[in-house]
Amino acid sequence: MFKYLLAKNEDIPPGSAAVYFGFSSIVWFVIGTGLGAFNAAKLAFPDFVHGLEFVSFGHMRQVHVHAVIFGWISMAFAMAMMYITPILGNTKLWSEKLGLWNCFLWNIGLSLGLTVLWAGMTSGREYSDFPWFIDLYISVFMAIPLGLNVWMTIINRRTQGIYTTNWFFAAATFMLIIVFIVGNLPEYFHLTGLTEAYLTWWFAHNVLGLWITPVAAAIAYYTIPKVTGNPLYSHRIGHLHFWSVVVFYSTPAAHHLMSAPLPEWLKSFASVEGVLILVPAIAFVSNILLTMEGKWHMFVENLEVRFTVTGALLAIPLNMQGGFQQTRAINWYIHGTGWIVAHAHLALLGFSTFMEVAAVYLGLQMILKRKLYSITLGNIHFWALLIGFTIYWVSMTIAGLIQGAGKIYEVPYIDVVIAEHPYMIARWLGGSLVFFGNIVWLYNMWMTARVGTVVPKGRMAHELAYER
Amino acid sequence: MNFREYKIGSRMFAVALGGSMCITLLLPSLDIASVDATAVSMDKQLTAGWETGWNLYDPLLLGHHKPLKVLLKTDPASGQPMEPTYAYVYEKGTPFASGVLHPDNLGRAKRLSIEVGKINEGRNLEGAVFLISTDDEKRPYIENATITKGWQPEAVLKTAGDENISHAGAGKTLFVREGCWWCHTLLPEQTQDWQVFGAPPMLGDFNGESPTAFGSDRKAPDLLHVGSRNSSREWMMLHFFNPRLVQPHSIMPRFDYLWGELDASGKKIDYDKWNEEFDAYREGKRDVPPDVPTYASNSEIRWLIDFVLNMK
Repeated sequence: MFKYLLAKNEDIPPGSAAVYFGFSSIVWFVIGTGLGAFNAAKLAFPDFVHGLEFVSFGHMRQVHVHAVIFGWISMAFAMAMMYITPILGNTKLWSEKLGLWNCFLWNIGLSLGLTVLWAGMTSGREYSDFPWFIDLYISVFMAIPLGLNVWMTIINRRTQGIYTTNWFFAAATFMLIIVFIVGNLPEYFHLTGLTEAYLTWWFAHNVLGLWITPVAAAIAYYTIPKVTGNPLYSHRIGHLHFWSVVVFYSTPAAHHLMSAPLPEWLKSFASVEGVLILVPAIAFVSNILLTMEGKWHMFVENLEVRFTVTGALLAIPLNMQGGFQQTRAINWYIHGTGWIVAHAHLALLGFSTFMEVAAVYLGLQMILKRKLYSITLGNIHFWALLIGFTIYWVSMTIAGLIQGAGKIYEVPYIDVVIAEHPYMIARWLGGSLVFFGNIVWLYNMWMTARVGTVVPKGRMAHELAYER
Repeated sequence: MNFREYKIGSRMFAVALGGSMCITLLLPSLDIASVDATAVSMDKQLTAGWETGWNLYDPLLLGHHKPLKVLLKTDPASGQPMEPTYAYVYEKGTPFASGVLHPDNLGRAKRLSIEVGKINEGRNLEGAVFLISTDDEKRPYIENATITKGWQPEAVLKTAGDENISHAGAGKTLFVREGCWWCHTLLPEQTQDWQVFGAPPMLGDFNGESPTAFGSDRKAPDLLHVGSRNSSREWMMLHFFNPRLVQPHSIMPRFDYLWGELDASGKKIDYDKWNEEFDAYREGKRDVPPDVPTYASNSEIRWLIDFVLNMK
């Protein structure tokens, strides 16, 4: 890949940027989940590796979070945009070279940012932990070039209209840039106090709601029709999904601070808007599941469909939790407990990761024109992710309910810690299983690129039988 | 074939996103900006100084250029005994707190702080001593005692003596750097929480504080009022060195590395030997755990303990 960084744009094979982003995202996924499993081990066994500042939990937790959000999830999104946007516009990517540089600078910036965080140089603000010079780098060298490539590809499309997926890609890249710049204003302009606290959660909410959720859904709008051959069930429901994301998902930031002394009108408003998140959620899930009509056998037979539909099914509990857990009636019980940790992993490791994994599987096979090296390893990957995630989610949900009860009934805190111990071990086992599955995946994709069966022009990889 | 330009759609998008940002950013910021600073927030910002997250004065978050909170029992100018008072000492090179540099942060306390407290007369980075004073109606304001009383930072530190100097400001840097806030929240909730962890904070208790470091994922007790529940420096020392010494079921990491190389008497701390002896104790081969080394007065752990004990 590095040789193309200085090549002429027209000499770079189409899809190079997507391949570079794709493999980078898998490597970051391995690193990110490995760090997660290590951190989980420390919560179960606090004396597991001690005495060194750099492996202490407080230095490593944020590295895990940012490795998966900006490494795995966002780079997999970029990978999907690099190949899906041009296909849906019946054109080429606006600039492969920009895409390659984007990925190169993304890897450099993220490595730098994580090193800085690891050393403890943090802004002290959850999810916007990066110090402002890294934030500036992310805006200028990571988010804006990605958006530029997507927008210009869409503008230069050779189709009349724009397909649903590309609305989301164009809007989400734009909103990411806005959220990143506005959400980090406290660091650029030294805003303090409640303004700082509120903007911290405004950023954290919107980076999920206006970047991760819509892009993950947009990917499903592509993969399911593409692989099953069914047209999207309803363009109009897609409209409903899109507009309700922009209107309802961008407003409930304050529901993360229900117990802080923010203005009450703001909390109430956020809470109502938070329930309305169910509108885009139901629109999306029903649209995807109805598109599957007549092709449900592919849910069993086809890896990409299985991953995507599992992700869409996980969106049901995700949004049921998300819509209601932030209301005052429920939030007082589960706020700040492991329930929220479970919910965050349901969103990122459940719903969105399953969509992206499908996009990366599908995209790499399409661009490299090679069929997946081993369906067995692919199945192992699927079940390792699903079982590992489920163990994690169930154990942390139970731990959260224990914590909530402990909080309400004034149980001495140490008794809560003791009661949670078995679930901490379960969480570590689940996380380790996910980590193991991702190593298998990296091997499988690497071997696909090297020795996968060549797919003839005009055919989809899943239409071919395995030769091996 | 007509090329669709999506003119209506893009305008609607601008209206939708712009409207949403108006409601979630503009209106709340107008509301929050009008909040008056309480005495609690003045104490917090004067204790922690300008910024505790990443900043150009302390890029590696080593706790440099932070103010000192000093308990004064003698007037440093006249040498006469006085009511015990907390003074916030900003030595030369330490940036002033937000409320001093941007008095708008203080809300209605701005007028008193400028007219009576003279906070706009000191020069940033040139050093000063601040107090939280109240007027006849018990309204708090910030006072620059270097201007109003002629108290110089060096004189205040010398008068108070090391035992009355709290490094809580540098300690908050460590609280952020070491990720204490990933498990310990600083926000008792408006539930039964207050019975165990103390009163939830009020509007105006955060003015000028950055980062607020509320924390979101509570895996350990809330610490906002921890100094009121447990004020034992010895307990804190044992607990930070190895939490299992005082609470066998604790999952808190050991912070023994904050002791640094040398203990209070200047002897090198032998961590390997300590760990061996502790393992022997845990396995039942020793009756008592090894002694925790007494920390040096300039060690990072002192700052962190100062910060924890300062959270009343």
